[in-house]
Amino acid sequence: MRWLVEPGFFTNPVVGTALVLGAVVAVVSAAVGVVVVVRGQSFAGHALTDVAMAGGAGASLLGASPLLGFLLAGVVGGGSIEAAGAERVRDRDVATGVVLGAAAGLTALFLYFVSSSTSATGSTQSVLFGSVFTVSPSVVPLGVAVAAATLVALLVVRRPLLLSSLSPELAAARGVRPRAMGLVFVLVLAASVALSALVIGAILSTALLVGPASAALRVSRGLVGATLGAIAAGVAAVELGILASYDSFYWSAAHRSVPVSACVVAVVLVEVATSAAWARWGRGRG
Amino acid sequence: MGCEPLPPGRRELVHVHQVEVSLGGRTVLRDVDFRVAEGEFVGLIGTNGSGKTTLLRAILGLQATTAGEVVVDGREGRRGGPVGYVPQRVTFDHDVPVRVADFVALGVDGTRFGLARRGRGVRQRVDEVLDSLELGDLAGRRIGALSGGEQQRVLMAHALASRPRLLLLDEPLANLDLPRVHDTVAVLDRVRRAEGVAVLLSAHEIGPLVPVMDRVVYIAHGAVACGTTEEVVRPEVLSALYGHHVDVLNVHGRVVVVEGEPGDPGAHPEVVVR
Amino acid sequence: MFAPFMANAWLAGTLVAMVSGAVGLFVVLRHRAFAAHAIPNGAFAGAAGATLVGASSLLGLVVFAVASALGVAALGRRRNDVVTALALVTMLALGAALLAASGAYEPTIDALLFGELLGVARGEVVALALLVVGAGVALALLFRPLLYSSLSEEVAAARGVAVRALDATFLVLVAVSAALAVPVVGALLTFALTVGPPAAARMLTRGPARALALAVVLSLACVWAAIASAFWSGWPIGFFVGAYAAAEYVAARAATSWGESRARP
Repeated sequence: MRWLVEPGFFTNPVVGTALVLGAVVAVVSAAVGVVVVVRGQSFAGHALTDVAMAGGAGASLLGASPLLGFLLAGVVGGGSIEAAGAERVRDRDVATGVVLGAAAGLTALFLYFVSSSTSATGSTQSVLFGSVFTVSPSVVPLGVAVAAATLVALLVVRRPLLLSSLSPELAAARGVRPRAMGLVFVLVLAASVALSALVIGAILSTALLVGPASAALRVSRGLVGATLGAIAAGVAAVELGILASYDSFYWSAAHRSVPVSACVVAVVLVEVATSAAWARWGRGRG
Repeated sequence: MGCEPLPPGRRELVHVHQVEVSLGGRTVLRDVDFRVAEGEFVGLIGTNGSGKTTLLRAILGLQATTAGEVVVDGREGRRGGPVGYVPQRVTFDHDVPVRVADFVALGVDGTRFGLARRGRGVRQRVDEVLDSLELGDLAGRRIGALSGGEQQRVLMAHALASRPRLLLLDEPLANLDLPRVHDTVAVLDRVRRAEGVAVLLSAHEIGPLVPVMDRVVYIAHGAVACGTTEEVVRPEVLSALYGHHVDVLNVHGRVVVVEGEPGDPGAHPEVVVR
Repeated sequence: MFAPFMANAWLAGTLVAMVSGAVGLFVVLRHRAFAAHAIPNGAFAGAAGATLVGASSLLGLVVFAVASALGVAALGRRRNDVVTALALVTMLALGAALLAASGAYEPTIDALLFGELLGVARGEVVALALLVVGAGVALALLFRPLLYSSLSEEVAAARGVAVRALDATFLVLVAVSAALAVPVVGALLTFALTVGPPAAARMLTRGPARALALAVVLSLACVWAAIASAFWSGWPIGFFVGAYAAAEYVAARAATSWGESRARP
């Protein structure tokens, strides 16, 4: 154990906060991510992260809680993408792209104001690439509350949501309103993106959203199994990523630690590659 | 019924020679063998999922064969031969900045590198093809703004623009109402005579094609059989083809194909031969 | 604004805008928006890596962007959104880690992500111009087959267009265009420039040649206006590129729906 975990890992309060918050966020992201992958909305999910990024930058300009900024921007941006894209489905790619570009531009402006009006540095790093080690413990209760609300909402709309993903016509015939479903889902998605932006940064949160979910969907057949698998993979990725980042400080000669987000993304990639290899091996035999 | 040799005095254009195609471990076509002569109008008749599209794609060189070969105009089948292709459906974006005339011209020079201006020959050919398909009025319209039926006509013009020896059409009559079906068949027949191009057209109903068709290739469960219309438009042959009882009636000099037993709930009179 | 030290900014911006406009039209026609978003992030990682090892950043940009493009071409044949999304995020994370390892200061990171008015060094303009000429020649050669296969890959393949090779070549063009644009407008804004003006041009024109010309003109307008605004305000150029690109798209969409509503009363 000693060679794997460097000193102070379990006693350090910063690490404790990171581990708890990271696990909560991973659960929500993975559960929502399964629906994202089944609905084929990876691009929309990713676009939301860029919009959330603008919110995070705005919040850090105003000195507000970044979680609130991520949330508010995600909800507004998600609602507008849903509204713009629903009109003409084929234009969805381009409409999403333009919203995404404008959001990135706003992020640039806000971050410029932050760095020129205050002497604070590192806001680009923390908003875009996140660092769960810098999250203050006071955010944890709010984060857990948002996570719980998101999970409850997802559980409530789960069945009609999946039906409308698989066949919009069938769902409509059964009395489900696909557009209302789309809107509810975008709000759930925005909340989960906001949460993971807190942990691994806005533009990397896509990894936590689609990575564990796609890995689990490759291996498992049923949706319940896939969701449980995705949750396990997501939690493992975050906790291992935190551990690796913490250890890297002691391992590197210059005592320069590898960012947590990069470590989490690396673990996610390993999971996805393993599942792909597993699925191919299984198919080759079966 | 085997596939008889070509009609007398006609030169062979296409030879599908003992072709077999497997997709994902399933044999979609097996031992398919037939010929098409120059200028001939051949109907490829079969139900949905019988392998029509796969066969057309194999002739185009878009689908690799697991056995056998396709010879088009004396050369073993590969892409870019003297063949015009009208797929069943192409979805054009509403906003795509391409006019009907632009798209038809791409049928001639779409494979050519470089930005050289289109010569007068190409532009004349585009006008000629559009006129012969009665599309002259649409030349300047955006292709994405046309109706589905208009787009299909434009696809035909596009396929003809390069003066192919063979025109392949995948289910061009599906989704058309009956007057448009007859109109489309008549236009195709006129164009093939004017241009001297052979036509191989897939459909799931034989009726509308009987007036113009030289021969029928029918396909079921991945295998084909063929013959002239006189040989095929007979009750016992069509009954075997459709898998249930079919009558062929001669009413006032027109042949009427009636599907199903009398009193069958699904029975409906079908079409029409002079 | 036209002071000597700005000459590079104008020159580089003009070159970048021309390539982005022309390549972007085909990005829009071919529905490769997601790939065009992912590839600049690969370029970002390349620039970060070049900073770490002290190599030329243009070299890092081009090598990584082309590698990402070939990766998307190899893996993304079946429109694999999940793969594209993960590749994109991986490149960003790699870039962040490399920058952290090199101990780069925040302005360096901001410049790569959000653009830098003076992002192109004087010595690099020649290399940039050569790349632009190469991309322009390639695009002119491939114009018709590219247009043809954008309309229907199946029909074009039947006529003998080598659609797979063409698609890979096209993504390499996207990569070159991204490598040029990233130092000037930033990794996160390159995409806005690639998609916004061409999407507007596509709505406003009928024929392909005019759409290409208008896409280049709108792209130039977007970049020139952004350079001027950034110069006067001192704000980051990326903000203006994103804002003007979105404005062009929204205006074109409004104009066409106004025209359509007038056409059928």
